[in-house]
Amino acid sequence: MKSPRIYNRIHPTGNMFLYSFSFYLFSTIAVLSALMVISAKNSVHSVLFLILSFVNSSALFVLLGAEFLAMILVVVYVGAVAVLFLFVVMMLDINFIKLREGFLQYLPFGVLLGAVLLLELSMIFFSNRLSKVTLVEFSTKPIFSDFENTKDLGNVLYTEYFYLFQLSGLILLVAMIGSIVLTLRDRSGVKKQIIYDQVNVDTVNYIEKKKVKLREGTNV
Amino acid sequence: MDNSLSLINDLIIPGLIIVAQILAIIIPVLLSVAFLVYAERKVLALIQLRKGPNIVGPFGLFQSFADALKLLAKENIIPNRSNKIIFLIAPMITMVLSLIGWAVIPFAPGWVISDINVGIMYLFAVSSLGVYGIIMAGWASNSQYPFLGALRSAAQMVSYEVSIGFVIITVLLCVGSLNLTKVVEAQSTVWFAIPLLPMFIIFFICALAETNRLPFDLPEDEASLVAGFSTEYSSASFVLFFLAEYASMILMSAMTVILFLGGWLPPFDIAPFNYIPSVFWFMLKITFILFLFLWVRGTFPRYRYDQLMRLGWKVFLPLSLFWVVVTAGFLVMFDLLPT
Repeated sequence: MKSPRIYNRIHPTGNMFLYSFSFYLFSTIAVLSALMVISAKNSVHSVLFLILSFVNSSALFVLLGAEFLAMILVVVYVGAVAVLFLFVVMMLDINFIKLREGFLQYLPFGVLLGAVLLLELSMIFFSNRLSKVTLVEFSTKPIFSDFENTKDLGNVLYTEYFYLFQLSGLILLVAMIGSIVLTLRDRSGVKKQIIYDQVNVDTVNYIEKKKVKLREGTNV
Repeated sequence: MDNSLSLINDLIIPGLIIVAQILAIIIPVLLSVAFLVYAERKVLALIQLRKGPNIVGPFGLFQSFADALKLLAKENIIPNRSNKIIFLIAPMITMVLSLIGWAVIPFAPGWVISDINVGIMYLFAVSSLGVYGIIMAGWASNSQYPFLGALRSAAQMVSYEVSIGFVIITVLLCVGSLNLTKVVEAQSTVWFAIPLLPMFIIFFICALAETNRLPFDLPEDEASLVAGFSTEYSSASFVLFFLAEYASMILMSAMTVILFLGGWLPPFDIAPFNYIPSVFWFMLKITFILFLFLWVRGTFPRYRYDQLMRLGWKVFLPLSLFWVVVTAGFLVMFDLLPT
């Protein structure tokens, strides 16, 4: 399966040992932490294991030479999505024992989903089309080469897959508007600060001077 | 025999070289952290018409080392009901994340450990991971004040990263590469701080927020949250948080210098300026940005939390987005896009 051409591109020095060692290290940690995500008792631990799994998959991308994808994975998933995830999980008061009760009930569904995913992946893997998928070809460039795979990715993304790219942007926009509409409520009696008005306060309209007579006071 | 020789040539010698390179960067960084702490106390003292540390060593120069020794000699207290593993891992993660960014920083032409193609993305990723140390510390302490600090910090850092991302994109539009060495080389005609002045200011303010420095130090807001996320920490684990805060300040300054102040380049490429070594220019510029950090701390009051969020989402985000479009439009119109 592994062609010598790709192998040579990844390791100019041909150091197979270091490459295999790092691959097995990162993939083992990724798989084990993915298992821990679903088996950890504490849901905060689950999210932390999820993050560990993300970071290790990003390391695998680096080994493949897909440096841009590796960094994007860390920035988007670890740096933004997982932070919000952790945020929500920490804030919520989840009853873990109750969550566990439905485990057997949902098991067939989970197995079905896993089987479908496995089938799809193996269909791609055995279909001989893998080498012709331009994105894979473009993205497996060694990280220290003068050739930047960020540029390659851009060249493919904005030409061949332009409509799909725009479509995914639109889907994200729709999702964003949807979630805003769901959470936006028009509440009355909320005291809001209007910075523009506050900054434009002047002495003429907002301060009233009154002469107060001694021992008589005044109405405000 | 042949096999073991190739093992030495392929693994051990390159490995030793890399370890030496790492030490050659980390030790100066940690030393400069010590003197940065001293400088901060001295600058704040001068702003407030005090003397500052002046007992330990000449002019009090060794004050930070004395403080570090004192802290390390103390007992490391782990709260009874805390989550012990995460409680201990959090400061380590923070410290590691504040140091690994230095791997891609070019100090002078060719003076860089790893000259990767996605240098800026790497720095951006490392700075966005910094929130984990804080949020883990806050949660694992199992106490109200640290938890509030952690939540504030999570929201704050995510908000300001968005603007930082757009600022980086404007710089990238002018450079045409994600490699930090190329970013510096692209500024040989003019430093990006001049054509992209608004972005430079936004980036500096976001760097303050990203490193949790005043006026945005809401995660450890001592007036309302005791000491925020680090309330329960003592001794060595507190030292790690403390070192990490200052090390990431220096890292963010280095990032600002590379993106906007021309990295190692002298201000003018003429006789008296280009006699001075490049590393010296780089360090001088970092020192200048660090002084700005301290100056801001001495001058501005702390932001209220809603003001902080308003500034991030309603002022910086639209402004930086607008400037991305303006820069891109300008570059396309005058056909200046780098290839």
